[in-house]
Amino acid sequence: MVASTPVSGANPACFDTSWLPRLESLLAAGRGAGADLVEIFLERTDHLGVLAEQEVITNVSPSFGMGAGIRVFRGERDGFVSTNDLSAQGLLRGLDQALGMLGLMLSSGPSTGPSKGFEGLGALRDFSAVKSDWLERCPSLAEATAKLLEGTARLAQHGEHLQARRGSYSRDWQSVLVAASDGTFARDIRLHQSLGLNVLAADGDHRAGLGRRYGTSDRPDDLRDWDADAAAQDVCSSVGTMLYADYVEAGQMPAVLANRFGGVIFHEACGHLLETTQVERGTTPFADMVGESIAHEAVTAIDEGLSEGAFGSLSMDDEGMEPQRTVLIERGVLKGFLSDRAGELRTGHGRTGSGRRQSHAFAAASRMRNTFIAAGPHTPDQLIASVDKGLYCKSMGGGSVGPTGQFNFAVEEGYLIENGQLTKPVKGATLIGEAKEVMPRISMCANDLELAAGFCGSVSGSINVTVGQPHIKVESITVGGR
Amino acid sequence: MADNRLNPEALSARLQQLAQAAAIHQWDLGASCSTDTSVQVDRGEAKQMKGAQRSAITVRVWNDKGLVGITSTSDLSDAGLERALGGAHAASAFGNSEETPAFSPLATAPLVSLDQPLREPQPILTLLESLKEAERQLLDRHGAIGTVPYNGLAQRSSERLYLNSDGARRHQLLTTASIYLYARAEEAGRKPRSSGAVRMAYGTADLDIAGCIEEAAERTIAHLDYAPIETGSYTCVFSPEAFLDLIGAFSSLFNARSVLDGVSLSQRDSLGQSLAVPFLSIRDNGLHPGNIGASLFDGEGTPTAPLELVEGGILRNFLHSEATARAFGVHPTGHAGMGAKVAVGPDWFEIGPTPGSGGGQQGLDRFSHGGPLVVIDSLSALHAGVKASQGSFSLPFDGWLVAGGVSRSIEAATVAGDIRKLLKAIVGFEGEAKVTPDGLCPYVWVEGLSITGEA
Repeated sequence: MVASTPVSGANPACFDTSWLPRLESLLAAGRGAGADLVEIFLERTDHLGVLAEQEVITNVSPSFGMGAGIRVFRGERDGFVSTNDLSAQGLLRGLDQALGMLGLMLSSGPSTGPSKGFEGLGALRDFSAVKSDWLERCPSLAEATAKLLEGTARLAQHGEHLQARRGSYSRDWQSVLVAASDGTFARDIRLHQSLGLNVLAADGDHRAGLGRRYGTSDRPDDLRDWDADAAAQDVCSSVGTMLYADYVEAGQMPAVLANRFGGVIFHEACGHLLETTQVERGTTPFADMVGESIAHEAVTAIDEGLSEGAFGSLSMDDEGMEPQRTVLIERGVLKGFLSDRAGELRTGHGRTGSGRRQSHAFAAASRMRNTFIAAGPHTPDQLIASVDKGLYCKSMGGGSVGPTGQFNFAVEEGYLIENGQLTKPVKGATLIGEAKEVMPRISMCANDLELAAGFCGSVSGSINVTVGQPHIKVESITVGGR
Repeated sequence: MADNRLNPEALSARLQQLAQAAAIHQWDLGASCSTDTSVQVDRGEAKQMKGAQRSAITVRVWNDKGLVGITSTSDLSDAGLERALGGAHAASAFGNSEETPAFSPLATAPLVSLDQPLREPQPILTLLESLKEAERQLLDRHGAIGTVPYNGLAQRSSERLYLNSDGARRHQLLTTASIYLYARAEEAGRKPRSSGAVRMAYGTADLDIAGCIEEAAERTIAHLDYAPIETGSYTCVFSPEAFLDLIGAFSSLFNARSVLDGVSLSQRDSLGQSLAVPFLSIRDNGLHPGNIGASLFDGEGTPTAPLELVEGGILRNFLHSEATARAFGVHPTGHAGMGAKVAVGPDWFEIGPTPGSGGGQQGLDRFSHGGPLVVIDSLSALHAGVKASQGSFSLPFDGWLVAGGVSRSIEAATVAGDIRKLLKAIVGFEGEAKVTPDGLCPYVWVEGLSITGEA
């Protein structure tokens, strides 16, 4: 293994215990001012982004940063302030501003030590102890650029009519510390690496573009272990097929969705509606349906933060709680919601280690981690064979869900199913529906569950997640096309 | 205006000192800082109140071989600056020798003066009361409006800076405020419907909150009575907001960076060729008074300026950075970001009939037209449904089916097509151009678009 030095400079130190008196002073001051709870989130980051196009590295973009998020609760209300200023004065100013949002005021400067309602921080729960050398163990910039260029070269080797070939690499290192006036005191280091290959193929009037993204957490060797050749073959095979595909005909039809990133539909269409953030807003149709059937009995769905190396896994959430394995739906019956500190306070659903945020600039919110539909008893071929005329969605693009639960997803690589067989490729398909209507129509699940890395944007910013499922069959769904 | 946290003179002097010590002879820097406050409410109570102080700098250096490296940080201390400079120098070893950015030749050209008043921020509790009142008024507008699940009132004081080792120094101070209200309405036995509105201004006191409430209520109520639409080909009328969103999603048509990268539908020789109907004009004009929060200069210090993109349906110009302009033999246009590979993007579009062209079919009026017409009020999921490099789109939308002068909200539908065909299928324009946060545009009629419905 080749040791490396982060391009942006020396490895920034983790937050050490010298922070304890300063944090306790701030927490005591906040409680003394009348807050029910004060939480401080400290963060240091080191990011590296690299872009390769054709045979050239065209962009190397390192960055590093630091900041704090200070959240104050009083009753069910909260105020949140973020700042890049980690000085004692900067943090105190942030606390004062957060308190002011709730009509509270600091008495006269920071307190020292425990005060009424604050017994001091508990023992440090240190999840970072075995991770301190992770940044140094990541591939050097020279290794990263070489690996990406290998990826774009493999694309050239395996693809035809490729007008543009891109490989991208992102490495995010984050050191965090959470301290709260309920005694929470926890520290962690996170490492996420992701790789993407994208191509644009063109032949006369025919054009097709698609990509694949791979990502892991907490594996410094991830880039080194990446099989560039297999990834390039996968991308080139798909784009070669889609280049000459016809547009899909619109209509209602059954669909079989492939495993891995096919799970983005459950994530978007249903998963978000099972976050307490949506319960608080009154924007989920499932708010009062725990214990009731909301999906076909073939469907069991889980969200967890525990799968080793998965992009959405974490040792602790951004509120200092260890993640759980949360069963959302069991054989079609709604079992529970994903909840964070504010969600528990406002909805009564217990915390699940799901309080997550993009950075210190966002207050944590209930968010998904690794979310998937569990494997079923069938083979993928059985699902396809059960459809007379429908759509096979091998690869999904992005999508979104609206405030009334309507969702839509682009199908990146699709095929017609005719008489139980995959026939010609089709492009331009969009899957449209509403979670409440579609969940009961997922009638068959195959036995080939796999996860795929992705990014999820929502109220607390963009976070790393995985989505996943086995092949699933939806009895009927609206397919937008031409 | 909040405390001015950037000191151009001190930053420049410090960076020059650090660069000299590291034997770096060419550098530039982009910096920004801002102070934000925002509130959200939920049925008369504070939902969340937020404050933020943000700072960021990006340092770019050229090494002895002329290759460029960058590093960004939120740490504006001396130590942060020194580390950023060192990081940029280390990254320059991997700079692209085939395309190296240089200083913009316009980085010291005069800037225009815009009327951008600087407003004092209001106390956050004042924002809270204003938003509570706005929510209350919106809820009172119709019995079916039960919540306003997405809402916010925000204000920002910010500044931007560009410096380079040749003495360029750009500095801009700005205040902005915004409000958005998205209501959710539901009638017994029917699906919930949602719509909303946004307003921007230079300060909270300048915001047209009443107009925002009115528009959000009107749009939400108009969608209460809905019906599915049959799949088929329709003449569509895009609202100004929807058409601007669509053109923005396909702005790689006008982007020299995308052209050079081979991911635009346009080619180097597309200039002078027909892109649209002969009566369409598209202009990028970040300096339009309707563009609240306009930047006076881009990431390379080039002044913002109007640029004709399409005139009489002919593609006239591309948006440029310094590097792409050099590759095309033209001047930078003021649309650059900052980086080792510099991104290019539009500012604010003005779309409408080309003067003297007649403007297509005259007298278009969706309410007096016999129909059927599909009015596309707002498009969703552009990030997923637009394939900019392929020209295709398939997008969910909110809108109305108009037939015989009667309009009814469409339950759920998508519109699909190809941008090149759409630009050639524009029938004409309806009404006066409307100022929106993304640009200026009238209603735009387009024939023959595919609509997928659930009827």
